[in-house]
Amino acid sequence: MAFLTIDNITIRFGGLTAVDNVSLRVDQGEIVSLVGPNGAGKTTVFNMLTGVYRITEGDMEFMGQKLMDKTPQEIVKLGISRTFQNLRLFPKLRVIENVLVGMHIHTHYNFFQGLFHTPAYRRQEAENIARAIEILESIGMGAHINDYAGSLPYGDQRKVEIARAMATDAKLLLLDEPAAGMNPAESEALLQFIRHLKNIGYTVLLIEHDMNVVMNVSDRIYVLDHGKLIAEGLPEEIASNQAVIDAYLGGEREKHAEN
Amino acid sequence: MEKRFGSVKENGLLYVFEHFVDAWKWVFAVVIGAVLLYTPKFSFMTPANMRIVIMIILYAMLGMGLNVLIGYTGQVSLGHAGFYGIGAYVCALSMTKLGWSFWPALVAAGVFAALIGLLLGLPTLRLSGTYLSIVTLGFCEIVQMILKQWESVTNGNYGIRNIPKPVLFGMKLDMKNGGVFYLTLALCVLTGIACLAIRNSKAGRAFMAIRDDELAATMMGIRTARYKILAFVISAFITGLGGGLYCVIANSYIEPTSFVFNTSILILSVVIVGGLGTVRGMVFGSALLWLFPQVFRFLNEWRFVIYGVLLVLMMQFRPQGALGWQSTLPYKLSRPTRRLLVERGLGAYIPGRGKEA
Repeated sequence: MAFLTIDNITIRFGGLTAVDNVSLRVDQGEIVSLVGPNGAGKTTVFNMLTGVYRITEGDMEFMGQKLMDKTPQEIVKLGISRTFQNLRLFPKLRVIENVLVGMHIHTHYNFFQGLFHTPAYRRQEAENIARAIEILESIGMGAHINDYAGSLPYGDQRKVEIARAMATDAKLLLLDEPAAGMNPAESEALLQFIRHLKNIGYTVLLIEHDMNVVMNVSDRIYVLDHGKLIAEGLPEEIASNQAVIDAYLGGEREKHAEN
Repeated sequence: MEKRFGSVKENGLLYVFEHFVDAWKWVFAVVIGAVLLYTPKFSFMTPANMRIVIMIILYAMLGMGLNVLIGYTGQVSLGHAGFYGIGAYVCALSMTKLGWSFWPALVAAGVFAALIGLLLGLPTLRLSGTYLSIVTLGFCEIVQMILKQWESVTNGNYGIRNIPKPVLFGMKLDMKNGGVFYLTLALCVLTGIACLAIRNSKAGRAFMAIRDDELAATMMGIRTARYKILAFVISAFITGLGGGLYCVIANSYIEPTSFVFNTSILILSVVIVGGLGTVRGMVFGSALLWLFPQVFRFLNEWRFVIYGVLLVLMMQFRPQGALGWQSTLPYKLSRPTRRLLVERGLGAYIPGRGKEA
């Protein structure tokens, strides 16, 4: 059974076709990157996958489950979680509380148990807090569990977003430009961490502009331009692909000018 | 070891203050508790002063109710006087018309207000911001109209008289013996504890996640519509209880004009002036807003002008409210949590460890 398959998905906003007939596949345990120039539709693909947008045409399946008619909440429960290109943490909550919110769907006490702090509540909270600390420690944020998310520097906020996504017990992580705003040392550490994610059993679909990260970490790469898939393959294949070089260096634009 | 506290400044005024209060919290609790329990016996506690103190406690409780909605969930309501009025009338009518005793009538007040909150919340859950505020504003007006016009039940503008006093273990609670004071205080304290308990549970975190970023909350699997309604219902319940209490406080007599738009704004002011999202802020905000016109009695008819100016200044210079700071204390870990952390080899994350284990 395929892990994640996306078949010919298309989305139109009025007259604009933002994503046009894109197909891609992610196997379990892989790190797959989705790259392309700004406005190519990468984040739109993430939004379609996570149920933020309803797709116009096409088919998406995750571990044998159709994704098209599911709400974002149902999709998280299936095991897909994401981070955001422009940080969307809960800024007034502490780092550890952000991660605890990520555990919402696996927190199994009801409102009244929470209100009266019953033994079930205490047990579950203790368990969640311990796990939240473990996750944060693994991503190198152990020193910041008490800090307010909004007060952290960008790079750290991105790490908390990844920790929060991991806390949902997702099997597939969608990381939207996790290295943005990081310095070379930080992005190197991030690279190591994404590899570590793969080693501990996560599958990762990555959107990234930092080619150093992409080329070093990806098993396979898909290249999107103007909403269409223009190339796919191993990192070394992509690096030498003429269509990709055109898209990034402007060859494509000249072709458009001629039309 | 210090690294656990991350970027929190350890020499700031707030840090020093909070750690001082935290270290002596049991002493403070006992002293404040003793003073509160003795309050009705103080010689300067004339009936008029007593009434103000009771109103401060009542409005602190009403503030806590509205705070669940505004402070935690980020949904603004301008119509909480509606729930307040519903609570007062349900309590009063249950006692006068149905002959119930005060306690079931008080529960009925809360439950009925919560049900109305649910009914109002269901169709409006997709609204937020200004739109929700307008709906709640309309709701308050509708309640006001019903209270005035449905004379066969509510007795219209004349209000309801001769509401019986609550009786506890054969003792009548009234103003003279301080019973009303203790009753109000007990309910307010319970409400505060409940609010803090909710804040540190799954539901409270869901509320605050919705407030901070609704889309991100959705992406964490939180059913935002359901939690917004829950916040609305809890808020209405607390406010309804407050209404029920008001029956006993208000000299056994209530009338529709006690539950107008201005009342909504007064409750809202308590929340905003005190400090959004905090329980301590509600007590402070209420005390400030009730004492201000007393201290400046000569300005009495300018009360609402002062509220207005106060609100504007607050929004401009301290939008988080007087006591709305973010705590510099580490995240509270319960005893079972600490035990588990030690078991998992995460003991280094327990603040000030050594005292406990």
